[in-house]
Amino acid sequence: MSFNLLLVIAFLYAGFLFLVAFIADSRAKSGRAGWLGSPAVYTLSLSIYCTAWTFYGAVGNAARNGLEFVTIYLGPTLVMVGWWWFLRKLVWVGRAQRVTSIADLISSRFGKSTPLGVLVTIIAIIAATPYIALQLQSVVQSLAVFSENSGKPWGAAEVNRSALWVSIGLAIFTILFGTRNLDANEKHHGIVTAIALEAIVKLCALVAVGTFVVWGLSGGVRETLAMIDASPISEWQQSGGRWAGLIFVSAAAFVCLPRMFQVMVVENESESHLATASWAFPLYLLAMSLFVLPIAVVGLDRLPEGSNPDLFVLTLPLSESKEGLAAFSFLGGFSSATSMVIVATIALATMVSNHIVVPIWLSSQREGALVSGDVRSVVIGARRFSIIAVLALGYLYFRSSGGGTALTAIGLISFTGAIQVLPAIIGALFWRGATRVGASAGLTVGLIVWAWTLFLPSFGVDAFLSQSVMVSGPFGLDWLRPQALFGMAGQDPLLHGVFWSVSLNALTFILGSVFSFPTPLERLQGAQFVNVFENTAGSQNWTPSAAAADDLLIMSQRLLGAAEAQNVFQNAASQQGKTGYLPDVTPEFIQQLERVLAGSVGAATAHAMIGQLLPGATVSVEDLMAVADEAAQIMEYSNRLEEKSQEQERTARQLRQANEKLTALSVQKDAFLSQISHELRTPMTSIRSFSEILQDVDANEEQRLRYAGIIHDETMRLTRLLDDLLDLSILENGKVVLNVQEVSLEQLIDRAVSSAGFRAEDERLRITRDAQSENIALKTDPDRLSQVFINLISNAAKYCDAERPTLAISAKKTAHAIVIDFVDNGSGISVENQNMIFEKFSRLTDHRKAGGAGLGLAICLEIMQRLGGSVAYLPGQGGAAFRMTVPYSLEA
Amino acid sequence: MADKKAPIFLARKSYQRRRLRDASRVLPVAGLVLFMIPLFWLQDTETTRGTADAMTFVFAVWFVLVVIAALLGKPTQESENGPDKEKKDGDVL
Repeated sequence: MSFNLLLVIAFLYAGFLFLVAFIADSRAKSGRAGWLGSPAVYTLSLSIYCTAWTFYGAVGNAARNGLEFVTIYLGPTLVMVGWWWFLRKLVWVGRAQRVTSIADLISSRFGKSTPLGVLVTIIAIIAATPYIALQLQSVVQSLAVFSENSGKPWGAAEVNRSALWVSIGLAIFTILFGTRNLDANEKHHGIVTAIALEAIVKLCALVAVGTFVVWGLSGGVRETLAMIDASPISEWQQSGGRWAGLIFVSAAAFVCLPRMFQVMVVENESESHLATASWAFPLYLLAMSLFVLPIAVVGLDRLPEGSNPDLFVLTLPLSESKEGLAAFSFLGGFSSATSMVIVATIALATMVSNHIVVPIWLSSQREGALVSGDVRSVVIGARRFSIIAVLALGYLYFRSSGGGTALTAIGLISFTGAIQVLPAIIGALFWRGATRVGASAGLTVGLIVWAWTLFLPSFGVDAFLSQSVMVSGPFGLDWLRPQALFGMAGQDPLLHGVFWSVSLNALTFILGSVFSFPTPLERLQGAQFVNVFENTAGSQNWTPSAAAADDLLIMSQRLLGAAEAQNVFQNAASQQGKTGYLPDVTPEFIQQLERVLAGSVGAATAHAMIGQLLPGATVSVEDLMAVADEAAQIMEYSNRLEEKSQEQERTARQLRQANEKLTALSVQKDAFLSQISHELRTPMTSIRSFSEILQDVDANEEQRLRYAGIIHDETMRLTRLLDDLLDLSILENGKVVLNVQEVSLEQLIDRAVSSAGFRAEDERLRITRDAQSENIALKTDPDRLSQVFINLISNAAKYCDAERPTLAISAKKTAHAIVIDFVDNGSGISVENQNMIFEKFSRLTDHRKAGGAGLGLAICLEIMQRLGGSVAYLPGQGGAAFRMTVPYSLEA
Repeated sequence: MADKKAPIFLARKSYQRRRLRDASRVLPVAGLVLFMIPLFWLQDTETTRGTADAMTFVFAVWFVLVVIAALLGKPTQESENGPDKEKKDGDVL
């Protein structure tokens, strides 16, 4: 196959990728995403984990270290299979906080700190640059293989030139499809689809080569296994530490690599995609690794001594004159390299522009965030510039390293650099106590130790570190030797470096967090990250202030574009029930807006920009207390509800009681009316009938006199009744006028006894008194009080059924009132009637005998209440007994 | 009569889903332990197991992990579509 034909194929393939990306983008734009957002595409996009390092390097690794290559894929497999532990939370946080990159995640978690974002970005760039160079190298090397095959071996000039062209092509593709829209949080459908396609191509290519090797060259599975056992690879002296260590490194890198974060978290659309990928992606890795060992073994067996094992995937088909297969394999390698570079560049460019370029640009603008003009062009320009810069860095690294180092070694160094972020990420997601100070310190220490033990030595002796430093440490400090830190000599350098960098990193992180105090915003973000499953709604970060909505609109328009910003504002306004474009500046709205802006420029920058418009609007401890513990709020709310329902119950009870009272009163009123008419009717009837008799001429004088007497009596009775009723009504309405005087109780009782028509030693009722005890002065209305006495005395005279009726009146002083008892020696009043006697018209015996209307005691009770005392029946005294209490002094 | 067979405590379906979730938590740990097993063969010089056997073993474990993960993944993704679509499904049991 001619080299030019290969170039044509490569160009056609690249053109096809452009077309696919373009179609996917326009489909997504017109809302017909369809299968573009399917779990299959998501899973395939994760395959950028398998770069050219996998496609070519895994075979090389297998040829050198045997089965060890597989550890690089076992780590991610375990992470994916255990997605419920870690990835699920990472994806939830990423989506809830609209995280744009791994630097954004860490900066956002630790108080939206810009310096921390810068630090993570720097780590990511240092770690990713060699890796990008590695991809360029693999593409160029594979091209060189074909060129050599067609009889024109490449010199350094061709190598460098082709590397430059590949970089330029990648830059164009990435800029075209990676910076179409500003919102890094929006999905790059075009790129993801192109990557998914490349994932299929590289898998098919590797499987095709593998199938050819196993069944075409070795003659079957059994034979291949026998060949593996017979090959020098089989003298497998695997160190257990390295096996486990590499599984750890690859698992950590799978989470920490910026490009993996980009496809796994930023481009994720739904948790169900992750669930599918949890088994489908390990399956993909398995398929990618299945033929690595056979290809390595057969390559070692068939190819001449000294040929580069990193290129077996290409050279093996070429040496067997299978040029079509070799071209397919080239496309596979090309796909692996380009897809990785594109995504890594986008991820890094987002970080660089959001955490370095835009903050610098913002602080250089003296007017602050509130100037007219579109910032979008600035941010997109920054992103494009960053893409070119990242690729240029990769190209320069490629030029300076000379492309000599084995692929695996560079890849692993790069991995170990990326995993320095691991302690901070784990702390961010699972430890509320992790602080910015701890994270910064840990990251710095990790970066320094990694650079000292792994990165700088990787350039080779005397490039950065001289031979003497490697052997005896800097300035003769033995314990600082890069590959024997603290005297830990004789270890595998990689394992040594990983151990020290990660453990010192984690230790510093923990100590720094324990001994520092987080800012309120850090604590707030910490709670939101760690409790992401309980608290997806988020909580307010801004206190309302005087910031006008139109200022915010002006700023947002510059970041989001006029239409998009107006859309956001209009939606917010309509949610608040307002028309027009300007919603009220509520904390909810500010937070919502900040999230939207964070999708474009990262959390720290968005926070800073809004902070410029809301001066002094920082999180206060009160805010924290108000929002941090949502559970407390809910509890308070439910308590309040409970209180309210209790109150309502109370009210209902009171209403029920009032209703019962009203019903009873209504019944009483009816009874009273019928009683009254009855009471009035009886004397009226007799008056009418006797006056009729009087009209009768037959009656003699004596009869007339008798009848007139009866009529007189009945009239008197009626008058008394009406007097009583009037009296009662006056008393009940409270209209009675009391005539308060100072009197002696003894005189009062004397007057009452004589008024009732009794003498001291009367035959009808013997009244016993104790003059000594009655010698009490009191201030009251004497007429009213004696009215009660008279009533009680005449009652005793009327109702006492003893043979020799006796009434004992006794008085005694208590602290607050005078107690006067009226006790007779009759049979008393039965218990069930004791409640009745103070009711109106209640008469226990025949009313003829009583000669009253049954209002007496009711009037007594009313009078006593007016006088500030009381009268009650006193049971258990051997007869009918009434106890009166009268205050010493009635305040008129 | 239908009440008779109703489960007493948690709805059976969600109970089972939670137990499957527990199982999927154990899966990576089990995988890690199994992947370490070939290391023991190296200590033991008397066995005849070589790289081919180790490779077969590792890939077999790998495949079994994939199958189990696929079986476990199916029920757990029901009715759970991430923070935007479903509000809350915490880890409470």
